[in-house]
Amino acid sequence: MTNALARVLGRLPIGWLQLVHSKTRLAAAVAGVAFANVLVFVQLGIFGALSETILVTYELFDADILISANDANTFLEGSNVARQRTYQALTVPGIAAALPVYTALTEWTQDDGNTSSLQVIGIDPGAARFLRQDLRERIPELAILNTALLDVNTRGVDAELMDTVKSGRSIDFELNGRTITIRGAVSFGGGFTADGYLFVSDQTFLRIFQKRISGAPDHILLKATAGAGVAAIVDQLNLIFPRDNLRVRTLERAAQEDLAYQTTERPIGLIFGFGVVIGVIVGIVIVYQVLSTDVADHMREYATFKAIGYRQRFFLGIVLEEAVILALFGFAPGISISWFIYGVLGQKSGLPLEMSVATATMVLIGTILACTFSGGIATRRLASADPADLF
Amino acid sequence: MANVMNVHSSVPTDAGSRHPVAIAGLNHWFGEGEARKQVIFDVNMRIEGGSLTILMGPSGSGKTTLLTLAGCLRDVQEGSVKMFGQELYGASERELVANRRRMGFIFQAHNLHESLTATQNVMMGLEVHGRDDRGRYLEASHHLLGLMGLGDRFDYLPSNLSGGQKQRVAVARALVGNPDIVFADEPTAALDKDSGGRVIRMLKRLGAERGTTTVMVTHDNRILELADRVVTLEDGRVVDDSAH
Ligand SMILES: Nc1ncnc2c1ncn2[C@@H]1O[C@H](COP(=O)(O)OP(=O)(O)OP(=O)(O)O)[C@@H](O)[C@H]1O
Ligand SMILES: [Mg+2]
Repeated sequence: MTNALARVLGRLPIGWLQLVHSKTRLAAAVAGVAFANVLVFVQLGIFGALSETILVTYELFDADILISANDANTFLEGSNVARQRTYQALTVPGIAAALPVYTALTEWTQDDGNTSSLQVIGIDPGAARFLRQDLRERIPELAILNTALLDVNTRGVDAELMDTVKSGRSIDFELNGRTITIRGAVSFGGGFTADGYLFVSDQTFLRIFQKRISGAPDHILLKATAGAGVAAIVDQLNLIFPRDNLRVRTLERAAQEDLAYQTTERPIGLIFGFGVVIGVIVGIVIVYQVLSTDVADHMREYATFKAIGYRQRFFLGIVLEEAVILALFGFAPGISISWFIYGVLGQKSGLPLEMSVATATMVLIGTILACTFSGGIATRRLASADPADLF
Repeated sequence: MANVMNVHSSVPTDAGSRHPVAIAGLNHWFGEGEARKQVIFDVNMRIEGGSLTILMGPSGSGKTTLLTLAGCLRDVQEGSVKMFGQELYGASERELVANRRRMGFIFQAHNLHESLTATQNVMMGLEVHGRDDRGRYLEASHHLLGLMGLGDRFDYLPSNLSGGQKQRVAVARALVGNPDIVFADEPTAALDKDSGGRVIRMLKRLGAERGTTTVMVTHDNRILELADRVVTLEDGRVVDDSAH
C-alpha cells in the first residue's frame, strides 16, 4: 500500500503513514465517515423510494393528459372535477377517449385486528385500455359489483391471507361497512401515501364511499389520437376550461409536479432533505476534528519539514491525502452497512429501497469533497508551524 | 563519499563567493512595545566556504537566534545577511525556501517523524528536491544511515531507536541532500561520546570532500579542537573570534 501510494504521489505517503501509525484515530475517523455515509444513504434511499412511490400512482395509467382540480397537488388531494368536463374535453379535436377516475383513502381492518390503509381507485371496468398494459387483463372482472383487485405489495397484511389472495381464491372482507370480494392480487408496486392499492369499478367505488357522487370524479384521464400533438391539445383545453379551478397537464408533467410538491413543500420531503444535510455535517465535523487534531499533533514534524524547505503546498497535500484516504476507507463500510439496512428496511416497510450506481457514485464523490473540505479547514492550523521555534 | 547525492548540482554556486554566509551590521529584537528587547547587537562576520565554525557563549547570549537568522528561519530585521551572495533582508518567502533547500539543519531535539522509519525520515531530506528515481533516493538514504552506523536499523520507527540513534538519523537527514551549508544547534548534546565523535568526523569529512560549510553551536570542548574557527558571543555581541 505504502509503495503503491508512493508511486501515485511521487513522494512518501506521509498522510497514509501518519494515519496507520495512530490506529485509534484512523478507526475513529473511518467510523465517523461510515456513519455519515449510512445516514446519507438511508435518507437518500427513503427519499428515492418516496419519489418512486409518488410516481407509481401515475404509472398505473396509460394516458396522455390529466385534468385535475387546481388544488390537487397530489393524486389524492384536492377538490373534484365535474364529470361534464369529460364531455367537454371530447369535443376537442385530437382527443380519442376520456375517463373519470375516482380515488380515496380508507382503512381496512383485518380479522386479526391489523389495519392497512388502502388507496382505492375506481374506474369504468370497460376502460381497461387506460391502464398500464399488465393491469388491463383483470380489470373487466371488476364489472361484477363489490369486487376488487388488491395490490400484492400491500403492507400489514397477514402473510397467509395474502397467499390465499395470490392463489386466486376469492376472499370477502368488510370495507366501510360493505362486503367486498377480493378476486385476486395484482402487483401495482407499493405505495407511500397508503399501505397499498385497491382497484374497483366506479360503481363499487361509489358504494364504498357513500358520500361521493358519480358526477364528481377526482381526475379525468384523456387519451389523444395517434399522432395528435399533445402539447397543443393541453393548450387548447386550458383555453376552454376556467383556469382558476382546473389544471390540465400531461400525465407525465402531473407526476413530476406531484413529486416536486411532495419532496420540497411537504414536511416529509423536507425531513429527508434535512436528514441528508445532517449526515453531511456530521461527516464534515468528525473528519475536521480528526484531521485538525492530527495536524496539531504533528506541528513539530511539520515545522521541521518547513526548515528543510518544504512549502505550504506539501502540507496541504499531506492533509488532503489523509482526507481522501478517510473518505475511501469510510465509504467502503458505509455503503456495505447501508446495503444491509436497505434490505432490512425494504423488507419491513415494503418501500422500494434501491442502491443505484448513480446514488453510490454521487455519495462517494460527495464524501471525497466533504472530506477534502474538512481537510482544507484543518490545514489553517499549519500556518503556526514555525521552524524557528525548533531550536 | 561518492554515494551522497548531489541533488542540486544545477544550482549555480555564486562565482567567487568564498563566503557562503556574510553578516554585516546585524541587529535583532524580540517582543513588542515595552517588552521589546534587543538580543543581537551589530554582529559582523564572514564564514569561509568549507570551514567548521563553532558558536560559543553563555546561555541566552544569542547563539540560536544568530543561527536561525543565518539559516533563513527568521526574518532579518536590521542589517544584512547574505547567503551565497544573496541578500536575505527583505527576501521573499519563496527565496527563503529556495535557500533552505541548500542547507541542512540539525536540531537539539531530533524532531524525527514518529510515523516514518529511519530510512523514510532520511528520504525526506531528499524528496524536498522533487520527484526523482525513488530507488536512487533509497540507496542514498541507506548509504548515509550506514555511514552513521545505523546499517541495521533502516526500517526501525523512531520509537524503537535509542536517543543517540535518533539523533544520528536526524544528522543523516540533514546531510543526505548534500547541503552547501549545515546549521547545527548543539547536535551532540544528546549523544554519547562515540556517536558525537562520529557525527563531527562526518561533518568534517563533508567539508573537506565537498566543500560543505558547517556552523555549529556547541559547549562540547572536544569539538573545539576540530574547529577552524571559534566565535564567542556574549549578550548578543561577538566578544571573541579566533581561528584555530
Ligand atoms: N522567541 C523568543 N521570544 C522572545 N525572546 C526570545 C525568543 N527566543 C530567544 N529569546 C531571548 O533572546 C535571547 C537570546 O536567546 P538565544 O536562544 O538565542 O540564546 P542561546 O545563546 O541560544 O542560549 P542557550 O545556550 O540557552 O540555547 C535570550 O535572552 C532569550 O530569552
Ligand atoms: Mg540556544
